[in-house]
Amino acid sequence: MAGESKGWDRNQMAARAADELEDGWYVNLGIGIPTLVANYVGDKDITLQSENGMLGMGPFPIEGEEDPDLINAGKQTITELRRTSYFDSATSFGMIRGGKIAAAILGAMEVAENGDLANWMIPGKLVKGMGGAMDLVAGVGRVVVVMDHTNKHGESKLLKECTLPLTGTGVVDRIITNLGVLDVVEGGLRIVELADGVTEEELRAATDATIV
Amino acid sequence: MQKVYGSAAEALDGVLFDGMLIAAGGFGLCGIPELLLEAIKEAGTKDLTFASNNAGVDDFGIGILLQTKQVKKMMSSYVGENAEFMRQYLSGELELEFNPQGTLAERMRAGGAGIPGFYTKTGYGTQVAEGKEVKTFPTGPDGAEEHYILENGIFADLSIVKAWKADTTGNAIFRKTARNFNPPAAMCGKVCVLEVEEIVEPGELEPDHIHLPSIYVHRVVQGAHEKRIEQRTVRSKEDA
Repeated sequence: MAGESKGWDRNQMAARAADELEDGWYVNLGIGIPTLVANYVGDKDITLQSENGMLGMGPFPIEGEEDPDLINAGKQTITELRRTSYFDSATSFGMIRGGKIAAAILGAMEVAENGDLANWMIPGKLVKGMGGAMDLVAGVGRVVVVMDHTNKHGESKLLKECTLPLTGTGVVDRIITNLGVLDVVEGGLRIVELADGVTEEELRAATDATIV
Repeated sequence: MQKVYGSAAEALDGVLFDGMLIAAGGFGLCGIPELLLEAIKEAGTKDLTFASNNAGVDDFGIGILLQTKQVKKMMSSYVGENAEFMRQYLSGELELEFNPQGTLAERMRAGGAGIPGFYTKTGYGTQVAEGKEVKTFPTGPDGAEEHYILENGIFADLSIVKAWKADTTGNAIFRKTARNFNPPAAMCGKVCVLEVEEIVEPGELEPDHIHLPSIYVHRVVQGAHEKRIEQRTVRSKEDA
């Protein structure tokens, strides 16, 4: 697990991602670390969208209060809030595609220096499908990727070009990894912030993508 | 006009044929037309193509029609959680057309609204765009051109959907996130069969609260639903 113990842990990455969200925003959170972001929004007024047809997603239900008619996009039982609204899938993706959702925070397998994103399939492995990921990255106002900086072999997940099939082209705005925060800018990635205890040299050494 | 049928089998009588395209509502196991799927299994209709976001699990939802090898092709956005699906897909017995989830929903809505094609940014530059027409529109910042791909509306032979309540004319109300793909799926079929938990008399549903107007619904059947939960997640009372 070379490199992965360095810098921020999952919860610290989620907390840093929560800083990206502004008061009043409607936001879609992906599965995995992005889901943890909800724990760190603090006093900000954030409305979570679940793409299966809900705005105002609440926490998991108390045992015994699970409702089979109330699940999130990960098919987990959840609850509603006082502000919650429900709608059909065409309306849900209308608000996603139509740019009404301010930001999506998603996991990724690879991000390229031009903002290309790959997070839905590995050729030769079991393909489950893209779900709503392609619609989200094409439509929402801002795409923030939260992921480990390197894969389990210690190889950079921030690349000059993606090797895996794409989810979207030029869609990523910002990347938050265990080593720091990077923006997709003209000519490559720009370091915005270093994680605690990480030097710029270390981040550069762990990154294949061009850093400008 | 009588739309209420006594059983799911009766509600499907005369509308099933081999090789047909069926649009089905539901997301995961939430809001799926479980009674109609069971009746299609009993009817034994073969070579079916399903436009459905998911393919159920091995023993529930569309999964039961995979067990009986009644499905030829799936048009879906996500097909995890189903071992038999993967086995048939990897062995070449089953065709699979991946659609981004929003594209699938819009293809159904468009088909139902008489729109044979539409342009969307979703999937541009990915495998999904292969073989599809690309067109640019000046929708970017300062009128910059952006790329869109042409997607087709879905015109299904049959829609099978599930709602919470309907009146005897077919006006329907869904409950919470069980609405999902049901309205767009209902709209895009030549015939739409709706299963509900409760049928009420006209006038008992508030007209302003109808989610799916009766014009889209041709047949209604009431029945007992299992409503299986795919992933039961809870928090303890102390955390609440």
